[in-house]
Amino acid sequence: MDFTVALAQIKPKLGCLDDNMALAEAAIEKGVAAGADLVVFPELALTGYFLKDLVPEVALRLDSPQMEKLKKLSERISIAIGFVEVSTDFRFFNSAVYLEGGEIRHVHRKVYLPTYGLFDEQRYMARGERFRAFDTRFGRIGMLICEDMWHLSAPYILAMDGAMTLICLSSSPGRGVTESEGLGSAAAWQKLTTTTAMFLNCRVFYCNRVGYEDGINFWGGSEAISPSGEMTDRGAILEEDFVLAKVDGGALRRERIFSPMMRDENLAITVKELKRIDREKGC
Amino acid sequence: MGGLTVNTKLLRQILVGFVRDEVYKVGVRKGVLGLSGGIDSALVAYIAAEALGPENVHAYCMPYRTSNPESEAHARLVAESLGINFKVIEITPMIDAYFTLTPDADNMRRGNKMARERMTILYDHSAAVGGLVLGTSNKTELLLGYGTLHGDMASALNPIGDIYKSQVWALSEAMEVPREVIEKKPSADLWAGQTDEQELGFTYREADELLYRMVDQRMSREELVAAGFDAQFIDNVHKKVQGSHFKRRLPIIAKVSNRTIDRDFRYARDWGK
Repeated sequence: MDFTVALAQIKPKLGCLDDNMALAEAAIEKGVAAGADLVVFPELALTGYFLKDLVPEVALRLDSPQMEKLKKLSERISIAIGFVEVSTDFRFFNSAVYLEGGEIRHVHRKVYLPTYGLFDEQRYMARGERFRAFDTRFGRIGMLICEDMWHLSAPYILAMDGAMTLICLSSSPGRGVTESEGLGSAAAWQKLTTTTAMFLNCRVFYCNRVGYEDGINFWGGSEAISPSGEMTDRGAILEEDFVLAKVDGGALRRERIFSPMMRDENLAITVKELKRIDREKGC
Repeated sequence: MGGLTVNTKLLRQILVGFVRDEVYKVGVRKGVLGLSGGIDSALVAYIAAEALGPENVHAYCMPYRTSNPESEAHARLVAESLGINFKVIEITPMIDAYFTLTPDADNMRRGNKMARERMTILYDHSAAVGGLVLGTSNKTELLLGYGTLHGDMASALNPIGDIYKSQVWALSEAMEVPREVIEKKPSADLWAGQTDEQELGFTYREADELLYRMVDQRMSREELVAAGFDAQFIDNVHKKVQGSHFKRRLPIIAKVSNRTIDRDFRYARDWGK
């Protein structure tokens, strides 16, 4: 099916749930008005990124009033959005929720929490433990949060689980100003999103935030990538934007006929070899 | 050298966006800075004028009686080119009054006192006009510790603290800072005839080439020697970086509670913004 995805390239306020909920609602309304079927937000869209000790203060339960509000809104448009999730045993996760038809369809808890360089996520958050694809009205989808996508196995698992659309919610800090035209971090991501789409014959929707937190910029540049690895739509660099990308449903079918790598992918060999490696490493 | 060459268009966009975003989110619209007549503060003035509008930038030139008159002329030239607010505030009376108490003070003490006098004036004017103090220390001098703690190193925001002096030159060219300011020898202008490079014992270009590899690329001492850097120069610069690290940190606090500020009480400065 053809559909329209909106990539809400917003600028959340650090630690301000109410303001960010208002931003999200405005973007959802904009998406509905523009005839979008799905709206994708960045990682931690409801909270901001460098939360540090604010993590417990901005965390939401899945039965929180904010989540109820998002459920209600998802009766009109499907929504993928990032937030801090608190579990019943008080672990805090960097999570993404997918809502559709008034219900939560899936929650992905970020597995790969970067804790190096300027990142400090694992100090404050608990690690997710699974990658699962899930069914939606746009077919089977897999969600990744930022660093997750830098681990080859993550999109691979989702694709093997039947995902034909990968949604990546991101808060990627801009760095690496060299003589090149773009930022180093932007160039690396652009390579990653297009290559991942091409390897797995999947569409990729990448939504990255903008704004500054303590001097660190987030570069935006949200993208829709076709299953052949072509970037079809891209948001502004370093500026707020609202990208409306028309998705040609037939492109996926055509790509999977043209280069049937997913059909030929041998899960049994992969599993067998990984088990052997696991055994030999004595894990 | 590839690594120090920057895309000035992109750099400009990030730094202008930084000043605008970080000033506005505090709830003010103005920036305050000291304009020395040198290139670093000139560049910050250009960035601030583009970010906030020239009418919202307040620049102060604060000469002492031994300051080179050319410095004030260059500061004025920058202010006039941009159409920003400009005022000259002499610090001679305050400095001289203080040093009548300790007339034997050496150049370093005098220079530091002047830098801190200027800081208090900028912070006072920041309250007077309702703006944030913009820092003008570049990455080279921050790493070398070539600045006065709580003096010229003090600010609310620093747009150029992550760019080396060579990159300051390149961006200044791109933003059309007056040629006289770009081409003159860098000087702290604390006493007559002082130049940074003479005092440091090496040129900024040499320091930048080394610091970029040492800090940004994390090359080992062996790799730096193999790349052609003089071992003594490497050690000298490394010692300066390590020895001045205290200037780049907040004061350390004796820990006694479970939540000590900045140790296990951690929030971004943009908390709630």
